Amino acid sequence: MTDTAGVSPSASQPEPTGDSKRVEEAAARTGEQEGGLALLRTSGGRNLGLVLALVLVCIAGFATSGSQFANIDNALTILRLASVIGVVSIGMTFVITGGGIDLSVGAIVALASVWCTTLATQRMAEDTHWTVMVFSALAVGLGCGLVNGLLVSYGGVVPFIATLAMLAAARGYAEILAQRRTQIVTVSEFSDFFRLDVLGIPMLVLIFVVVAAIGWVLLNRTTFGRRTLAVGGNPEAARLAGINVKRHTVMLYALVGLCCGIAALMLTARTTTGSSTHGTLYELDAIAAVVIGGTLLSGGRGTIIGTVFGVLIFQTLNNVFVQNDLSSSAQAVAKGVIIVAAVLLQQRFARQSSSSP
Amino acid sequence: MSVSTLPRRRRLLTGVAALAVSAVVLTGCTSNEPEPTESDASGGTENAASSNDDTGETVTIGFSGPAADHGWLAAINSSAQAEAEKYDDIEFQSAEGTNDPSAQIAQVETFINNKVDAIVLLPTDGAALTEVATEAMEAGIPVINVDREFSSPFAARTTILGDNYGMGVSAGTYACKLIEDNDIADPVIAEIAGIDSLPLTQDRSQGFKDALEACDQEVDNRVAAEFTVESGNEAAANLLQAEDKIDVIWNHDDDQGVGVKAAFDDAGRDEFYFIGGAGSKNAMQWIKDGEMEATVLYPPTQAADGVRLARLIAQDKGLSDLVQVEVPKRIVLNAPVVNADNVDEYFDLGFES
Repeated sequence: MTDTAGVSPSASQPEPTGDSKRVEEAAARTGEQEGGLALLRTSGGRNLGLVLALVLVCIAGFATSGSQFANIDNALTILRLASVIGVVSIGMTFVITGGGIDLSVGAIVALASVWCTTLATQRMAEDTHWTVMVFSALAVGLGCGLVNGLLVSYGGVVPFIATLAMLAAARGYAEILAQRRTQIVTVSEFSDFFRLDVLGIPMLVLIFVVVAAIGWVLLNRTTFGRRTLAVGGNPEAARLAGINVKRHTVMLYALVGLCCGIAALMLTARTTTGSSTHGTLYELDAIAAVVIGGTLLSGGRGTIIGTVFGVLIFQTLNNVFVQNDLSSSAQAVAKGVIIVAAVLLQQRFARQSSSSP
Repeated sequence: MSVSTLPRRRRLLTGVAALAVSAVVLTGCTSNEPEPTESDASGGTENAASSNDDTGETVTIGFSGPAADHGWLAAINSSAQAEAEKYDDIEFQSAEGTNDPSAQIAQVETFINNKVDAIVLLPTDGAALTEVATEAMEAGIPVINVDREFSSPFAARTTILGDNYGMGVSAGTYACKLIEDNDIADPVIAEIAGIDSLPLTQDRSQGFKDALEACDQEVDNRVAAEFTVESGNEAAANLLQAEDKIDVIWNHDDDQGVGVKAAFDDAGRDEFYFIGGAGSKNAMQWIKDGEMEATVLYPPTQAADGVRLARLIAQDKGLSDLVQVEVPKRIVLNAPVVNADNVDEYFDLGFES
């Protein structure tokens, strides 16, 4: 426990007394002005803001649709639909916290779903065991993630460009593999497994919960997580402190690739098909969820709980709109407004809270 | 801080070995070759062969269509190709499918430069391709416009398209009939549309609405998907939550219908009449198996018909079954409803998703 302790960017190192006194006074002043809003600046408070937003959307849903909205079936539907993009967003949280970005998540989901449902794979699965499909999807996701990571760290390619290239290439390859057809899942044990209900909770939701829990522990309670925060906050300082930044970055991209593989399995099971059209625009949805959840796009701070809330807010909004027979275009506008509002609020708080260089 | 190199090398080697093994296994899983079955690319009921089918002078036909990212579009391309192969007096030049208007304009210009005898064009956007099509017409090359109409009547010699509005009307009329025949009081009617920003989706929805108005009904809930399996699944799942009991659901497109049906199965709901659209093989199979009520056809063979028309026009022939000597200016194909009663007739025309 010697390397990361000193470089965490959110740790407040004591500065010369004059400065800190001035900073404290400024903070106190804004605290007086903002009152309750100051509470929101703490990490617990940030999540409180998200909870409030989610509650507001739910109230809107209940007010407009009554018991049609507020029942267990609907809640489970929302959760089931949220679970696929949720798993991807958890992976994306790690990459963004580590200072990078991954635009290829949707394409990797498509490629993984296509690869695991080709006739050859399904035949192999019939002959041996259905988990062959699981293995292939996870391996494809991991592989693509590794390629991304290697390009970014050792190739020195900017993450935006490297993952943009993967976005195009992966989807193109998915189209070639699938010959642009929809591949139906014929291995029934595969579909049956993902249709299971464990104590009333659908398997897809359970997988999402498990991935989120592992993600939370990984980010907040392990060295891996602390290194991620360090690398994202200040990669040069992290390197000087002894973290192998390049290797860690590769691992981050591999992680999000693995998450995409998991999401591909869930999506393939839910739609009973593998297709090169799966995962369209996932990157935007994932980034939006991560950002409104409170993770900084520039890296250095990340929250899994925030991401989960971000995903839930968007999915619930989707559901409320359908319940009220509102057009999808109006919903797209609402989504844009929410993203901008959330980021503006966060930027305001980030500017006001004292940050140590 | 640093680990000794020997265990690290071993770890690296095992990592690489694991990667190599999984890569080998994975590459074995990329084949999509189906077990040999007889496939029917552009099957169809054989109409009486006329003297028009006799070999005439060889004509070069240039074909440009959209990128085949949907089963229907793939069927368009493959049926056009297959139709051209049936005739030994057609030299078929097929350009790569593209959704980019400027790329397609370039393709048409290439055809003009190659002085083809006719062009069959399914433009990715009718308005965008109108100018180059007019150019071709002025250069003496007849253009056959398939499905998405140009914005000028001078841009094509003949237009052949499906009837999007008529599709909606067929679906709506059939829905009305179901409601009447089954005496459903106060029916709940839902609609799962495709990409809302496309005019064809708006046409279909308008047709549906108008036909329902004629029997005093209206659409109670409408969601829009994106012609993909995933979007159909999501839209349908939310729709089912919005309404406890639905009587009729019209889904515009059978490709997204795979996801729609998966959502229905997931939720265990089947109390409604499920009507589809476009006419995929999956849908026809479901109709045969009783899992779907009906589907409204939007023929993917219209490009094949376009090729036939192009040949006739280039060879200065007319449609032999008509009294009028020349090929008609505009042919709108019918949008029949396929249900359990007549599915066997149409089964071969279904396209693979």
